[in-house]
Amino acid sequence: MADVNRGNRPLSPHLQIYRPQLTSITSILTRITGAGLLVGALLVVWWLLAASTGEGYFEMADAVLTSFIGDVVMFLSLWALWYHTFAGVRHLIWDTGRGFDIPTATKLGWAVIIGSVLATLFTVVVI
Amino acid sequence: MVQFTLPKNSKVTTGKTWPKPEGATNVRAFRIYRWNPDDGQNPRVDTYFVDMDDCGPMVLDALIYIKNKVDATLTFRRSCREGICGSCAMNIDGINTLACIYGMDEIKGDVKIYPLPHMPVVKDLIPDLTHFYAQHASIMPWLETKTNRPAKEWRQSIEDRKKLDGLYECVMCASCSTSCPSYWWNGDRYLGPAALLHAYRWIIDSRDEATGERLDNLEDPFKLYRCHTIMNCAKTCPKGLNPAKAIAQIKKMMVERTV
Repeated sequence: MADVNRGNRPLSPHLQIYRPQLTSITSILTRITGAGLLVGALLVVWWLLAASTGEGYFEMADAVLTSFIGDVVMFLSLWALWYHTFAGVRHLIWDTGRGFDIPTATKLGWAVIIGSVLATLFTVVVI
Repeated sequence: MVQFTLPKNSKVTTGKTWPKPEGATNVRAFRIYRWNPDDGQNPRVDTYFVDMDDCGPMVLDALIYIKNKVDATLTFRRSCREGICGSCAMNIDGINTLACIYGMDEIKGDVKIYPLPHMPVVKDLIPDLTHFYAQHASIMPWLETKTNRPAKEWRQSIEDRKKLDGLYECVMCASCSTSCPSYWWNGDRYLGPAALLHAYRWIIDSRDEATGERLDNLEDPFKLYRCHTIMNCAKTCPKGLNPAKAIAQIKKMMVERTV
């Protein structure tokens, strides 16, 4: 093996070829919603800051947040909040060492997805 | 480090389409990753055609058909052809498994075959597993004892022996570790599902007397805790084992010994 060239070995394809799994998608969504919620939280803080700054500034901030794009961002943040919460509960169950067999893990994944959508719709209807 | 795209020398190009077997009526297409260390080219995907009436049922049968009858330069590892040696682990139809025990009837459409993901390629379907084996060695994969040797053997109750079921069957094929995105991004420091499953196998062995040392060795932000329970490992294991569960048990023991 002494004369083998190890320097230019290519890296085999990974993300490009690996079939997405329910558990892997729900896992990365937990990360994405967690990061995305930071944006939503900052917008809400900005809205509150504007309210304490003055009437004119609040009207401007309120107009941005209640515009069509603002509504979409807030709706997605609401879903992200529910999703991240349910995914967190799933992680708590896993932390106890339970729910690792494939059928249960799959059910938990679907529960997080369906639960987050239903909870979001329920929240929208109630508010 | 996380790099979602492939490095320049690893980008896959379209390769050669090999001729169909003459007179065959039941032909299936195989798209197989090729890389030759000697020609200075990028990796490519070649298309082969296999006469299914002249070939066994498993993916490995088709690879052997191609090597014998179409292209003798196609390179892959294989040995036992019955799922016990772990040599023929590769990415088939988007998941990692052993070619010898994966039936072609389980695959729809063309059969796509790549080496185990995110590994340095030695040639074609052969990944370099040096680092993977070194990580396995680092978890002390042997019975570590301090008391004097018993006159005969180290005894174990039937219940304690049962705790090793679902762990000792691992054949170190590397399917799980190379299916794990955490291992892709941090494989230099994260031990990965296979090594951690083996670590747990020795931690819960009733005869082992180095449990504390073993846990100390894993108490590290990277070695153990890069596992985020993505569960690709358990879903892909060709032996039906559950490394994710074993890792969770180690994490649990870490907490239990501090509270």
